[in-house]
Amino acid sequence: MLEFTAAILLLAFGGMLAIVLYPRAGLCQLAGQTGAVLGSASGLVAALHVLVTGDAVSLSSIWHMPGGSLQLEIDALSAFFLLPVFGLSIVTGLYGRSYFAGHRDIASAASWFHLNMLTATMALVIAARDGLLFLLAWETMALSPFFLVIFDDRKAAVRHAAWTYLVAAHLGTAFLLVLFVLLGTIAASSDFAAYGAALKDHQALRSSVFLLALIGFGVKAGIVPAHVWLPEAHPVAPSHASALMSGAMIKVGIYGLVRVLTLLGTPEPWWGWLLIGVGASSGVLGVLFALAQHDLKRLLAYHSVENIGIILLGIGIGVLGLAKGMPLLAVIGFASGFLHVLNHSIFKGLLFLGAGAVGRAAHSLELEELGGLLKRMPWTGTFFLIGAAAIVGLPPLNGFVSEFLLLYAGFLAVLQPAAAVAVAGLIVIVILGLIGGLAAACFAKAFGIVFLGSPRSAEASEAREVARPMRASMAVLALLCIAIGLGAPLAVASLAGVVAQVTGATVATASAQLAIVTRPLALAVSVFVFLIAVAALAWALRARRLAVASVRRGPVWGCGYLFPSPKMQYTASSFAQPLTTQFHLLIQNREAFVPPQGYFPAASSYASDSGDPALHLLFVPTFRWFDRVVTRLNVIQHGHVHVYILYVAATLIALLIWESL
Amino acid sequence: MPAPGSLVLPLCALILAPLLLGIVNRTKAVIAGRHGPPLLQPYWDIAKSLRRGAVYGEVTTWLLRLGPVGGLAALAAALLVMPFGGVGAPVSFSGDIIVLVGLLALGRFATVLAALDTGSSFEGMGASREVHFSALAEPALLLALATLARVTGSFALTPVYQAVAIGAWADALPTFALVGMTLLVILLVENTRIPVDDPTTHLELTMIHEVMVLDHSGPDFGLIQYAAALKVWILGALLAGLVVPVRSGSVWLDGAAMLVGMVLLAGVIGMIESAMARYRLVHVPQFIVGAATLSAVAFIIRLV
Repeated sequence: MLEFTAAILLLAFGGMLAIVLYPRAGLCQLAGQTGAVLGSASGLVAALHVLVTGDAVSLSSIWHMPGGSLQLEIDALSAFFLLPVFGLSIVTGLYGRSYFAGHRDIASAASWFHLNMLTATMALVIAARDGLLFLLAWETMALSPFFLVIFDDRKAAVRHAAWTYLVAAHLGTAFLLVLFVLLGTIAASSDFAAYGAALKDHQALRSSVFLLALIGFGVKAGIVPAHVWLPEAHPVAPSHASALMSGAMIKVGIYGLVRVLTLLGTPEPWWGWLLIGVGASSGVLGVLFALAQHDLKRLLAYHSVENIGIILLGIGIGVLGLAKGMPLLAVIGFASGFLHVLNHSIFKGLLFLGAGAVGRAAHSLELEELGGLLKRMPWTGTFFLIGAAAIVGLPPLNGFVSEFLLLYAGFLAVLQPAAAVAVAGLIVIVILGLIGGLAAACFAKAFGIVFLGSPRSAEASEAREVARPMRASMAVLALLCIAIGLGAPLAVASLAGVVAQVTGATVATASAQLAIVTRPLALAVSVFVFLIAVAALAWALRARRLAVASVRRGPVWGCGYLFPSPKMQYTASSFAQPLTTQFHLLIQNREAFVPPQGYFPAASSYASDSGDPALHLLFVPTFRWFDRVVTRLNVIQHGHVHVYILYVAATLIALLIWESL
Repeated sequence: MPAPGSLVLPLCALILAPLLLGIVNRTKAVIAGRHGPPLLQPYWDIAKSLRRGAVYGEVTTWLLRLGPVGGLAALAAALLVMPFGGVGAPVSFSGDIIVLVGLLALGRFATVLAALDTGSSFEGMGASREVHFSALAEPALLLALATLARVTGSFALTPVYQAVAIGAWADALPTFALVGMTLLVILLVENTRIPVDDPTTHLELTMIHEVMVLDHSGPDFGLIQYAAALKVWILGALLAGLVVPVRSGSVWLDGAAMLVGMVLLAGVIGMIESAMARYRLVHVPQFIVGAATLSAVAFIIRLV
C-alpha cells in the first residue's frame, strides 16, 4: 500500500510543481513528466504486487468527516484495473514532454497538472471502499478531463466540446449519486462491505441498483446513446490526454459497473441480456459512426464506443453464465471482457499517440488532407499499422486474443441445450463478426488514406518523423500488442485471480477453467508461428528472385491517362461510401449536392458530413425542451433581494411545518 | 506440434489448389463450346509470373511488397486447421473455427492495404468494395459454422466435419442443406466469382479483386494468383466437406471421395459462371445477407 500512497503523492506533487514552475518551461515540463512517470511506476508496482501474490492490501484511517471514512483497498479486481491506468500514464508521461515541446504557456503547465490529477483520481476511484470517498474521487476525476479538453480554449468548437463533456459527466454522476444514497440508506453505512451485506436483505432493490449503475457508469464508459461526449471531447484534447481518457478513463466506468455487480451477488438472467443488448448496439453503432468520420481522432473516439461494446458483450455473457449456473461460460465471458479492457488501453493508447504524431507532423487530422505519410514517418506509420491490425482483431496480435475468448464463449453458449443461452451465443458471434468486418473496413480506410498513396496537401508532403521519446512510447505499446498476441496463453492464465473474484469461484477453480481455453490458444499461437515462418520464407524467395530480375518503378495504371494528381486518389469518404450508404438509416450522413447543370456546367459542389442520431434525435430535442421549461422559471427571478429573503423564509417555514407533521 | 505425417494434407492442398481453377476454366470453355486452356494452365501462369521482374508504382512502399506475402502466408497457415471431409486437420482444437476466420481476415487486410498503397483510384475502388462485401460475408461465415457447431456438438473443425456422416444428414437434412447454400454463396463472394465479380472482365470500373491487384507484377503477382487458388481450395473444402458425407473411417476412401467432391464443386462453379451474369454491385449485399439468413433459419430449426 506504501507504493500506492507514494504514487498518489508523487502524481499530485509533480502536477503542482509543474504549475508553480510554469514560467520556466523546461523545468515545468520536467516536473510534470517526472511526477507522472515515477508516480505511475510506483502505482504499477503496487498493482502488480497484488496481482502476483494474490493478497489484497488495504489502508483505512479514521477520517473526521460526516458520513465517510478513508478506506482504500487493492484487491485483484482493483489491481487489474489499475494496470491500464498506471501503465498508460507512464507512456503518456513519456510522450507528453515532446508533444508539448515549444509550448511556453500556462496551458501546458495546467495540462500536466490535470493529467496527473486524472491519473491519481482514477486510481483513487478504483481503490476506494467508501461510498463518499468514491464519489469525491469520481467527481474530481470527472473534472480533470474538462480542463484537458479545453486546452485550446480560444476555439469555439473546443469550448463546445468541453461543455458537452461536462454536462455528460454530471448526468452520469447524478445517477451515481442516487445509487450511493440508495445503498447508504439501506446499509446505514458508507462502507462497500456493508453495501454488499445490505443488498442480501433487500433483494427487491437489486435490479434498480443494477440499472442505476449501468446508466451512471455507462455514461462514463461511453455506451450508446450516452456516447455523444466522446467524439466531441477526444479530438480536441492533447493527444496523450486523449490516449489516457480513451485508454484508461472510460475503463473506470467499466470498473464501477463490475464492482457493483460483485456487490449484487448472483445476477438475474435479464441483466446479462441487457448487457449483451447494450454491448451489441454500442459495438455496431460505434464502428458504423466511425466509418463515416473524416477526422482521425474523432474516428478513434467512435472506435472506443465500439470497443466498450465488445467489453460489455463479454461481461454480458459472463453475467448470463453466472445467472444460469454455467461457471465455465461465466469465467470465459468475464476473462474476455477483462482482457479486452487491457488490450484496448494498449492499442487505443497507441493509436491516439500515433494520431498525435500525425497531427504534429502534418498539422492536420483531416483524413482528406493527409496521405503518403508511411514514407515520411516510417516509425509512426509502422506503429500505427500494428495498432490498427490489433484493434481490428487480426492474428497474431492482442486484439485477436480477447476476441478469440469472446467468440469461444459464444460457441460454448451455442452448444448449450437451453435455447435462450444458445441464441445469446449466436448473437455475440454474429455481432462480433460484423464488428470485426466493419472495423477492418474502417482501419483500412484510416491507415490507407493517412499513410499510403501520395500526400493530399503541402503540409502532409513536408511531414517529418516525430521526436525520439514520442516514437519510443509508441514502440512500447506496439511491442505489448505483439507480446500479448504471441504470449496469449500466459496472458489469459494470469487473469485467474480477477476472474475468480468476480465469478465468486476460488482462484484454483478459475485457473482450471481458464486452462480449458489456454490449451487451444497455445495451438493457435503455434499456427501463427507457422504463419510468420511461411511469410519469412515467401519474402526470402521473392527477394532472391527479384535480386536477379529487373525491378523498376513506373506510374500506376490510370486507364491510359498519364498525368494523375494526388487529388485523383480515392478519398476517405469515397472509400466508406458503399457502407455508409447501406447503413444510412443508422448513420444519417448529411449531403449537400449541387449537380452540374446544362451543356456547359459552370459550378457544382458536393459536401457530406456525418451526423449522430443520438445527438440529433435524442439529446438536442431533450435539452431544447428542458431549456424552454427552465426559462419559464425566470418569472420568479426578479433580482430583488427582499423577495429572495422571502423565498428563504417561506422554505424554512414549510420545512418546519413538514417536520412537525 | 503436428506429426510429420499429418502435413500430407496441407501439402496436397498446396499442390492441387491451382488445379481447381483449371477445372473451373475448362468447364466454362466446354459449356461455351470452346476447347479452352489446358487444365494445368494456372500452374504455368503462376510459374511465369514468379519468373518475371517487377514494376512498382512510384509512391508505393514496403506494404505493397508485403501484401501478397502476408495474404499467401495467412492462407497457408489456415491449411493447418482445415480438415478435408472426414480426414482430420494437422492441428485441431476447440475454437480453430475462430482462427480460420481470423486468418482469412488477415489475408484480406494485407491485400486491401497493398492495394491502397498504390494511391490509384482503381485500387481504392476495389479495396472499398472488398471491405464492404467481406464485412457482410464474415458474420455470414461465422453464422454458418456456428450452426454446424450446434448440430455436431463441437466447435473444432475436424470433429465438426467428422460428424457430418450420412446418418447426420438424414437427421438434419434441412439444416445442412441451408448451411450448404450459405457456404456456396460465401465461396462465390470470398473468391470474387460470378455473380459477385467477374474474374475475367476487362472493365476496371466493375471489378473487385482483379482491380485491387492491378499494379502488382512479377513474383508478387504470382503469389497473389497462388493465394487465390488456395482460397478457393479452403472455402471449397468447407462446402465439399459438408455435401460429401462419406465417413468410412478410412483416410484414403474419405480423401478420395472429397477429391471427387472438390472436382465436382469446381465444375459447379464453372456452370454457375456460365449460366449467370454478374449482379449489379448494389445487389451483392442483399445476396450475402440473404445467404446469411438461410443459416439463421437453419439455426432456429435446431434450437428445439
